[in-house]
Amino acid sequence: MKAIYNYIKEILQGIWTLITGMRVTAKYFFTPWKHVTQQYPENRETLKIAERFRGEVIMPHNENNEHKCTGCGICEINCPNGSIEIITKTLVNEEGKKKRAIDQHIYHLGMCTFCNLCIKACPTGAIVMDQTFEHAVWDRTLLTKVLNKPGSKIMEGVKE
Amino acid sequence: MDELKEVMIANDEIRTDEYLINMGPQHPSTHGVLRLLVQLEGEIVHNVQPHIGYIHSGIEKMAESLSYPQLGHLTDRMDYLSAIQNTEAVALCVENALQVEVPERVKYIRTIMAELSRLASHQLWWCVMGMDMGALTTFFYGLRDREDILDIFEETCGARLTLNYNIPGGVMFDIYPNFQRDVKAFIKKFKTKLPEYERLLSGNVIFTERTKGVAYLSKEDAIAWGVTGPTARASGFECDLRKHRPYSAYDKVQFKEILSDVGDTYTRYQVRMAEMWESISIIEQLIDNIPEGDFALKMKGVVKLPEGEFYQRVETARGEFGVFIVSDGKKNPYRVKFRSPGFSNLFAINHIAKGWKIADLVAIMSTFDLVIPDIDR
Ligand code: SF4
Ligand code: SF4
Repeated sequence: MKAIYNYIKEILQGIWTLITGMRVTAKYFFTPWKHVTQQYPENRETLKIAERFRGEVIMPHNENNEHKCTGCGICEINCPNGSIEIITKTLVNEEGKKKRAIDQHIYHLGMCTFCNLCIKACPTGAIVMDQTFEHAVWDRTLLTKVLNKPGSKIMEGVKE
Repeated sequence: MDELKEVMIANDEIRTDEYLINMGPQHPSTHGVLRLLVQLEGEIVHNVQPHIGYIHSGIEKMAESLSYPQLGHLTDRMDYLSAIQNTEAVALCVENALQVEVPERVKYIRTIMAELSRLASHQLWWCVMGMDMGALTTFFYGLRDREDILDIFEETCGARLTLNYNIPGGVMFDIYPNFQRDVKAFIKKFKTKLPEYERLLSGNVIFTERTKGVAYLSKEDAIAWGVTGPTARASGFECDLRKHRPYSAYDKVQFKEILSDVGDTYTRYQVRMAEMWESISIIEQLIDNIPEGDFALKMKGVVKLPEGEFYQRVETARGEFGVFIVSDGKKNPYRVKFRSPGFSNLFAINHIAKGWKIADLVAIMSTFDLVIPDIDR
């Protein structure tokens, strides 16, 4: 008798635990407007990306097409995986003094791990992280970028 | 029944044979490319042989060519769910070697972030555990709440998974102005969600029947196999480094080390659930008291460690993570060895899964909370 009693009790208890779980599910099932996920591609306009989000390394230029990069190569040394290549050139000014300047700041987006070490290391703050995140392209050569714009030069007063 | 079987075997009517099946490397419940060679008799597991190395990345070798600040960002990729604690271990190891003391603020921030990351990791473990046992619902609940933590991470340091937040000498970014408000809001919300987890899974009759009393791991075996973390604490092995070897700000907070001496699958589940409450309490104790100060020390451009051997261990969500650096005084380490919790935990599976059914093996693996890059590194 006892055994039958226990058996039935166990079954009922088991069913009760299932109902407890189902109640949670039901709560969300009947109030879906409270708990929706983001409708990603549709909500592009309203999407809020964190200010510090590390999406891509960029080099900001001002309206005169000037940047702050001196071509010192510190970011290249600090990058753990060789995503940055610095090609420098030598400029000669009016007085005949030679000066090193950046020729090409090559950045391989496809290799970058977004570790932020290059940005932390740059002594002049010439490079920053951008908040873009849709990086898909058809050809991977497009992921190799030259960060300094053509014809750009270094801002007045930026020293190494 | 057995008699009948023996008679049938004697008459050559049935043959019992052990057979081998490969679980993985592409199996949903191995959580990555782990291959288990399971020796079965019917449904009964006789032997489990883990085969690893499918995603071996040679991190230790790679580390020899990297400088110390660069080293941390690789450990993010080992146990990606404990990225904060892994980088913390590297940072602490380098700081100890250089004998520098980081500001109090850094210690507080590191501890809060580590506990948030432990919560996120346990949330993911919980939802995947449910999924492995056939309850897909849990997966969405766990990920929904984990999203809030990842948002906080994203605001703080710009990444969600491979954070590279702790660097030698401090943290990469200071906390953002609304950090405290967001964390408190999350804690408040999560405190209402955690009982929901319990209602959904912990009491569920199917779940308890499949886990209670299954696959015991004794304390002696846990120690012998080098099992650490919640898995070992469920067997009564006191191994919480936050308690016994406090680092960062763990000596300033009160929390319980969750212990149990049962050691079955269900206890391992319960210990992790209880640990989430402890993590919440640690964060609550620290969040309002973050001292003012610098968020990083001014370090030299090139960090050189003195000659010698340095070891630092921390408690990640999975167990004890250790960093061993041999330095010859240059800017790169001479040799680096990582002691990852997943690697040691994995090899105890064979020991405890013997004699149980293959379906139990899935549950056992879930409660060991394996992360494959942590094992393969
Ligand atoms: S980006 Fe900064 S670190 Fe890199 S070369 Fe230019 S100035 Fe130097
Ligand atoms: S973010 Fe890291 S990986 Fe990317 S370019 Fe900078 S240093 Fe290299």
